[in-house]
Amino acid sequence: MGTREDDERATGAARHSRTAAAAPASTSEATARDRINHMPGAGTERADAISAGRHEMLTDTLRKQIKSLAERGLKRPRIGADALCEALLRQGVDVFFGFPGGVLLPLYDVLGDYPELRHILVRHEQGAAHAADGYARASGRVGVCLGTSGPGATNLVTGIGNAMLDSVPMVALTGNVVSSLLGKDAFQEIDITGITLPCTKHNYLVSNPDDIPRVIAEAFHIAATGRPGPVHVDMTKDALMGVCTAEHPETLDLPGFKPNFEGNFRQIKIAAQEIARAERPLILAGHGVLISDAMDELLALAEKAQIPVAHTLLGVGAMDETNPLELGWVGMHGWKHVNKAVQSADLLIALGMRFDDRVTGHVPTFAPYARIIHVDIDPAEIGKNVAVEVPIVGDVKRVLTALLPFVPEVEPGRRDAYLKELAEWRVESEKAPWHGSGSWRNGQLSADFVVAKIGEATNHDATIVADVGQNQMWTARYAGFRRPNSHISSGGLGTMGFGLPAAMGAAVGRPDKETWAIVGDGGLQMTSQELMTLVQDGIPVKIALLDNHKLGMIRQWQELVYAGNYHSSHLLGPDWVKLAEAYGLAAFIATTPGEVDTAIAAARAVDGPALVHFMIAEEQNVFPMMPAGKGLSDLLEEQFEEPKQ
Amino acid sequence: MSATDPSQAARSAPAHTAPPARALPGHGDSHRHVLVAIVLNKPGVLNRVASLMRARNFNIESLSVSHTDQPEVSRMTITLRGDDVAVEQAAKQLYRLIDVLKVQDVTDDPIVEHEIALIKIRADERHRGEVLTIAEMYKAKVVDLAAESLIVEATGTETEVDALIALLRGFGIKELVRSGTVVMSRGTGSIEEAVKR
Repeated sequence: MGTREDDERATGAARHSRTAAAAPASTSEATARDRINHMPGAGTERADAISAGRHEMLTDTLRKQIKSLAERGLKRPRIGADALCEALLRQGVDVFFGFPGGVLLPLYDVLGDYPELRHILVRHEQGAAHAADGYARASGRVGVCLGTSGPGATNLVTGIGNAMLDSVPMVALTGNVVSSLLGKDAFQEIDITGITLPCTKHNYLVSNPDDIPRVIAEAFHIAATGRPGPVHVDMTKDALMGVCTAEHPETLDLPGFKPNFEGNFRQIKIAAQEIARAERPLILAGHGVLISDAMDELLALAEKAQIPVAHTLLGVGAMDETNPLELGWVGMHGWKHVNKAVQSADLLIALGMRFDDRVTGHVPTFAPYARIIHVDIDPAEIGKNVAVEVPIVGDVKRVLTALLPFVPEVEPGRRDAYLKELAEWRVESEKAPWHGSGSWRNGQLSADFVVAKIGEATNHDATIVADVGQNQMWTARYAGFRRPNSHISSGGLGTMGFGLPAAMGAAVGRPDKETWAIVGDGGLQMTSQELMTLVQDGIPVKIALLDNHKLGMIRQWQELVYAGNYHSSHLLGPDWVKLAEAYGLAAFIATTPGEVDTAIAAARAVDGPALVHFMIAEEQNVFPMMPAGKGLSDLLEEQFEEPKQ
Repeated sequence: MSATDPSQAARSAPAHTAPPARALPGHGDSHRHVLVAIVLNKPGVLNRVASLMRARNFNIESLSVSHTDQPEVSRMTITLRGDDVAVEQAAKQLYRLIDVLKVQDVTDDPIVEHEIALIKIRADERHRGEVLTIAEMYKAKVVDLAAESLIVEATGTETEVDALIALLRGFGIKELVRSGTVVMSRGTGSIEEAVKR
């Protein structure tokens, strides 16, 4: 353990003020550049192109490409809405998702003058926010959504909250009534900045057109820098309509926003000593690994010290699942062998994760033998849910880069017994709940089989977006993820209805990859109107509908926790094939294991969006399951007996 | 596998040697803390701070806000109860606000701590002398005098003001207002130094 001073520094903000040496990271040119390069999937062609785009964005090349109104051959004055479009282009935005309304008409009036900005018209603002979210997660860029005042803005809130809980960079734009009517309960007026205040990283109310260039620049910087998150910008109609003479800022003045990127050096050395001592170390990789693009460093650490890697739900894909050191998913519906590994570890190395209650279960029984190293860029996450021995505030990639030279190469044979034991646990744990024949009971189609088949068919390279509930758990367990950011899931907020619109955004953000949405019949009925958006904008999302005529996870809890007292968990759906066809989508159906491959292949062969209706077993549960209030050692497992009837 | 291997212990050791429960942060002894927050003087910043404290389930006892010597910077003094970890968590959460420049827990630091209270007391000529004596002992001033009442202005730490109010309560308090605590560090050091622009 370090000195008290060390701990104070590393624990961050609250104590920072006490020691001069703990001043926030410098904001020199070099760090400013690195900060912008928080690019998931680095090394891929697409990521390189995005990086280059961002680099250009900061140089004159791109600025010269953004034509002024005069260059566009327009004689009208430049208004706030023009400044907004220019600011979005300067941030490298190529697409955004929105829905018009009265106060946004000045913006939609000029949008046609900016053909470089692709506007995708959604069918509900919640879809716009989720699409921006999916776009951001798939591409690593800031997602942008737009809604009008009043209901348009409140409809965005679910999606904004979802992005907040999952640390997704997003800029949510809303219009508001003219500033003279603010506070007068005008038509479609609501205090939307008051509503989004607790569920955004920051928000703005802009009533002066000349503030738009600065605010948009700040919003993008805040959304993408440090721990990412949503920033909401509310603009009054007069701000959008008024003449704007302000230039776009070259530098930003945000004295209260200085994320700490570099970990404390002495804490990093202590972490290395802990790793050298540990006999049963385990890495817990979270979303932060993907956000900071630390996949290579994670792999290097795991291989150098022979440490198995477990991951959280949002950390799926941080390491290729076929790597022998990749252990699997931890938590409530994670793998039993992984949870056992956590409970028997003597050192947990938690990277970019926040010890969510779905990961720890009952905290007093969590990882009882483990000392904990916790690396996170947000000081407030350290010691929030679980007390830790070695706190390090910093960007995962940079901390691991600094840590690696101090971690000794593990002696050959030292981990043999440990890794062998984990491998034995794994064989047992992976076999138990798996329905490899495709049949759950009495030949009914098994959901885990369907999900695995989609993974196989797409060569584990597609972007797969889950909805929320059982389908989400099956997706994370069985699709098999080998590419970073190929798994997109609503983790923190658990937003049903997320799947379809987020897949829409993901497909637009990564057009080079096939995109699948794996959704349940409950979630799809919450946002199914976006099927029309897929058709109108030609977005080639393939939808795998796992239909059990149930709110599956609710039913599962009612069966296992509420003594089979089923209430409101049975729901009807439309004839999905007919519905899809009515929207103009190709649709297929599979009711038996034998039809699964054909249906997937048929959907993949369609040039455009398609839906596959999988009629899965109605009463299949996701196992193992950690009941609420219990710990990782108290997992419920599937009982192999015929259902009562 | 060595004998001290923890997993071995987990599987073979009898129940009474089970490891101690992992501590839950924020469940220690609760006591009073004083936080000073230096914030940008922007519209809504008080709302942001108050909203955050509510959302994170921290109960503010007093909050006082005013300008500093720099017009674009405001200063908040927040007193709240909680254990050390919980209050540290509150401070870290405050740091996440973009408009917050600095947060410092000054509870254990050498500080001058004051609040001001105006106390309107029911006092006619029979009790006036007694009230004045008590006020004098607490270095409080009488700032308004009427036939049936008077207003005492008291300054001091929260406990000093509490003590005076307790003594005056017997006469009948008609009205009471307290400013909330404000603090300043002793010596030449300045809490605002790091944020001078």
